[in-house]
Amino acid sequence: MKRPVRESLITILSVASVAVAVMVAWQLSVQFFDLPKILLPTPWQVLEAGWQRRQELVAASLVTFMTAAISLIVAITIGSGLSILFSQSRLLHRAFFPYVVFLQTVPIVAIAPLLIIWSGYEFRTAVIATVIICLFPIVNNVTTGLQAARVEHRDLFHLYGASRLQTLTRLQIPTAIPYLLLGARISSGLAVIGAIVAEFFVSNGANYVGLGALMTRWQGLLQTDALIAALGMSTLLGLLLFASVDWLGRIFLSRYTRVD
Amino acid sequence: MEFPGGQRAADSVDLKIQQGECVSIVGRSGCGKTTLLRVLAGLQTLSSGRCVRHTETTSFVFQQPALLPWRSVVGNVMLPLELLSRRRRRPATRKDLRSLRQRADAAIDEVELGDAADQFPYELSGGMRMRVSIARALVTRPDLLLLDEPFAALDDMLRTQLGSLVTELWRTHRFTMVLVTHNIAEAIALSDRICVMHAGRIETVLDNPVTRLAPPQSTEQWDVRRTAEFGEFYGTITDRLRGAAQR
Repeated sequence: MKRPVRESLITILSVASVAVAVMVAWQLSVQFFDLPKILLPTPWQVLEAGWQRRQELVAASLVTFMTAAISLIVAITIGSGLSILFSQSRLLHRAFFPYVVFLQTVPIVAIAPLLIIWSGYEFRTAVIATVIICLFPIVNNVTTGLQAARVEHRDLFHLYGASRLQTLTRLQIPTAIPYLLLGARISSGLAVIGAIVAEFFVSNGANYVGLGALMTRWQGLLQTDALIAALGMSTLLGLLLFASVDWLGRIFLSRYTRVD
Repeated sequence: MEFPGGQRAADSVDLKIQQGECVSIVGRSGCGKTTLLRVLAGLQTLSSGRCVRHTETTSFVFQQPALLPWRSVVGNVMLPLELLSRRRRRPATRKDLRSLRQRADAAIDEVELGDAADQFPYELSGGMRMRVSIARALVTRPDLLLLDEPFAALDDMLRTQLGSLVTELWRTHRFTMVLVTHNIAEAIALSDRICVMHAGRIETVLDNPVTRLAPPQSTEQWDVRRTAEFGEFYGTITDRLRGAAQR
């Protein structure tokens, strides 16, 4: 067996072993302590509940995935645009960057009610809330990336009298791409969290149902097994979005292998 | 010439370089060689004095190849032409781009990398990357070529090979060349004059008697290192460097 294949197999088996061990421990704990289903169902009961509500779960997951993916794309667009503006003016950077940090420090739970007043129980409100959560890693990373060009590269552009636009498009933006992808990877995890948290508030009365809304509903009905199944789906969504961004990143970064 | 902190990098430097001449600057690390080269390139401003250049286009070969990893070999070589073409003040037409590509291809052929034109830097060896860096410097047909220890990171065989390549290109195009190097043998093999620098000053400028011995159509087969004059001149430079350090 080839070494990379063997290594991958070992990784998969290790991860699967931990999952199986946790499931067994979970099952045994429920049986040993005789816990009621309402408090902690067994893994099998969770799987059963998930299968019974599969249509609802898949539909809600699609909604949440759309919210997270659209928010991530919007955050990448706005964040990159802001970073480019910051890179062109030190004054703009000084004046506005603290507010980007401020956005990061404001808990989404605190601003969600305000967003609902301004934007209503709409899909767009969940997107706005998620964008706010995703924005900071993008702006922070892209701003760093736009300033990260090597001295020799900057000298080269200076030597041939490159314009600001040429330096931006031919040097700064390509240099910032690995930083953007790193920021996007961080934000992809945050996007699913943001979408679900936003749905806790926004889905209440909205005409669409995401995983956050399902979780709130099932919590109210004390359907713990279905709630845990929804939790599992949200984890899968997070992994899916992260893996997609990571895969795209690998394709883009294949040319960025360090050369000097 | 001063560093941003106010520390003096070079002082009382008085050097005149003739058109088409090749001058090497040797000296210990931190003696101000690179600073002098950066001033010649216009990459660093003088705190006092002046630097007069009667040249139109200047190119620089850095110690590291400094290729843009997201561009192919031909893309890297075309870069200076693209940057300079903004002086045209109109969008590049397809004909312009074809012309740039042709010039880049010609420069790549000169450094014998025609087969690797569409490869990316990570696919090339260290020597090949340095060849691309040389092609990128020469594609603009510079009047002045500045080289900052370009072969320092290469092994001895490759260093000699690339030194011969640069000499050949210099003989063909007759640009003015200034080479900064730690390697005295390299300086003797490549230049007409050698400046010995120490503590920010040019201690002495020596005419190189060895290059004059080269046959007019000399090739790699003729190796200056095998001549008696080479050893003697090597000794002279070493003595000057040692003498300057002891003063």
